[in-house]
Amino acid sequence: MRYALHAEWTKLRTLPGLGWLPLLAIALTVGLSVVASAAVSCRTGCDQDLTQVSLTGVDLGQAVLAALAVVVISGEYGTGMVRTTLAAVPRRPVVFAAKGVILAGVVIPVGVVAVLCSVLVARTTLPGAGVVLSEGSTVRAIAGSVLYLALVALLSYGIATVVRDSATAIGIVVFLLYLFPILAQVVSSPDWQRHLRQIGPMNAGLAIQATKHLDRLPIGPWAGLGVLTAWAAGALLAGVLLLQFRDA
Amino acid sequence: MTSYTPTVTPGRDGFPALIRAEWTKFRTVRGWLIALAVAALIVVLVGLVSAAGSHRSCVGPHGRACPASVPGPTGPGGEPVSDSFYFAHQNLVGDGSVTVRVASLAVVKPDSPQPGDDTTHIEPWAKAGLIIKQNTRQGSAYAAIMLTGSHGVRMQYDFTHDRAGSSTARWLRLVRSGDTLTGYESADGTQWTKVGSTHLNGLPKSVPAGMFVTSPQHETVSQSVGSFSTSGFGTTAAASFDNVSRTGSWGQPGWHGSAVGDGPEMIQGPDGHGLTQSGGTFTMAGSGDIAPATGGDNTVEGALTGTFAGLIVLIVLGSMFVSTEYRRGLIRTTLAASPHRGRVLAAKALVLGGVTFVVGLVGSALAFLIVNKIRRSNGVPVQQVATGTEVRVVVGTAVVLALSAVFALAAGAVFRRGAGAVVTAIVLLVLPYILAIASLLPVGPAQWLLRITPAAGFAIQQSLQQYAQVSAWYAPPNGYFPLPPWGGLVVLAAWTAVALGLAVVLIRRRDA
Repeated sequence: MRYALHAEWTKLRTLPGLGWLPLLAIALTVGLSVVASAAVSCRTGCDQDLTQVSLTGVDLGQAVLAALAVVVISGEYGTGMVRTTLAAVPRRPVVFAAKGVILAGVVIPVGVVAVLCSVLVARTTLPGAGVVLSEGSTVRAIAGSVLYLALVALLSYGIATVVRDSATAIGIVVFLLYLFPILAQVVSSPDWQRHLRQIGPMNAGLAIQATKHLDRLPIGPWAGLGVLTAWAAGALLAGVLLLQFRDA
Repeated sequence: MTSYTPTVTPGRDGFPALIRAEWTKFRTVRGWLIALAVAALIVVLVGLVSAAGSHRSCVGPHGRACPASVPGPTGPGGEPVSDSFYFAHQNLVGDGSVTVRVASLAVVKPDSPQPGDDTTHIEPWAKAGLIIKQNTRQGSAYAAIMLTGSHGVRMQYDFTHDRAGSSTARWLRLVRSGDTLTGYESADGTQWTKVGSTHLNGLPKSVPAGMFVTSPQHETVSQSVGSFSTSGFGTTAAASFDNVSRTGSWGQPGWHGSAVGDGPEMIQGPDGHGLTQSGGTFTMAGSGDIAPATGGDNTVEGALTGTFAGLIVLIVLGSMFVSTEYRRGLIRTTLAASPHRGRVLAAKALVLGGVTFVVGLVGSALAFLIVNKIRRSNGVPVQQVATGTEVRVVVGTAVVLALSAVFALAAGAVFRRGAGAVVTAIVLLVLPYILAIASLLPVGPAQWLLRITPAAGFAIQQSLQQYAQVSAWYAPPNGYFPLPPWGGLVVLAAWTAVALGLAVVLIRRRDA
């Protein structure tokens, strides 16, 4: 396992053209968070969840990290490298796990930087007290956002292992993430809206960012992250099974 | 010794042959044909899911189902309108005029104000003045000259037309001469200025004419990340008129007061609602509006919500149409067969654009017809729009899909890798739309994204019209785009053209 990890880390580290993806993810996350925070005005009392607003960029940055996660596996299928990899480490679940660990090891630090920068920069533009970092709910929102990004990356990784083509996998991931918020916006029945927000990986997972009006959420913060975890686990399971039992 | 003479005539390398070659490449990859079918199908399927979640599910008292939804009144142009006001009228027979001074226009405090209601300010578009209407049914043709809460004197007719007068006049006059209605204003009752005039075709000889007052809903919007909610309450305005004078022949001896429509506060009670007369002063109160209806609920383009999903499929397809040639090395064969590299890309763009337009048109037309039919049969009051608008929405959606696919193709040629091209196209095309529509961004940044990114093209789907004379929440989550429909499409087309130009430059300069 240690050699597999080392090999995967070397591959990810030395692949040209991948370095800009984490940077782009950080830039988009922080940029959108700042834009969203700057647009907040408190003329009628700040009832808005400012912590959540200052983390808006996660909605956008996740797409780039998902692309990174997809390329980790489907890039190997594109070039045929996967056959070399599997010849070197014939135990395929080990390869799969090693890639997943390395991916999480990259996404989590990137997420920490993106989320912390978002909150800190947004604090300078938010009105009033802004985001109080010492509050428990704020810590939950920040740490939860990082976990959210990692889980989205793992979900994308699982899907990419199933479909093996980068372009298709990115399309499926984006579709899966953003379908539910759009549908919840257009259906008029409140029951459907609530259920769509409960089962969608993005809506449910992002419940972790809420710090105010928790009783009005369609799903609780940790339960929501649990839903996303279930999605990711399902995708990873499908990925590892297909990797194990399919020709590469 | 015999010299070799080729018996096969050399192939033509004209543009039609190139197109044929690209078309052959496209149609012989089974996965791409499946992707095309999926793109059309997914537009319909997402629409079906949204229709399934949008039935009127309400149970009335004693477990009885709600009455079938009644579509609101429609104006002379067929557009949905609000038409509720208090009307003190007589029948004007033939030509004539009526003149009044608006002595006061003020808000009426509700009997039981809700907390948070602002009950001290008159609505900016509260209206009091003179109106001549085809009949007293809602939605019939009219012309009116009025004083508004804070927009001065206005001449309005047939709901969608609005002309500004001065901000100081209090005297109003409305003149009928044949089918022509003309509004005048005056600050002192002697010096009169024309504000505007209009022809109302088919106006009967005898028409209700007189004084009116109304005051629109007060709406507030609260937006949080991922959702928004509008809340509103009805307002009532009271107006008093004096110096009433008329010319021409009038039907009845006195003024008859009645409510047109069902404004929420249109009760005739002892506290000044209804018409009272003392001396030469007439006082009345009314609630509602005489204006085109606004609001993003149940728009016809709601049936095309799945467009973004079909778009994702076509983006993947478009970028793969080039990037797989690079991956498999086929691009070298292609460029050897046709050394004019720019023309190769043009042929690819034409084939892809044509195919995706046809498939997109099938998908959007099917989704539009089927989903709207289901919504209507579920009791959802889907807004009625002109046929021309419906065609623009459906065909425009297909154009957006085709342009986006060509944009992705250009990105595929620039990046030469599927992943980079798909990420770029999705970040530029799909995400701005989603962030704006799903209310994930505040309105200001959302509108900017929909102006400058290629996602501006989605504006072609907007069936709603924005009216300066109606205050409403004109924001992307509510179905209002910052650019006009064709303007938005031009932005998308410009992005596509620039991307294609960049791709042509790069494919010429770089080794394949």
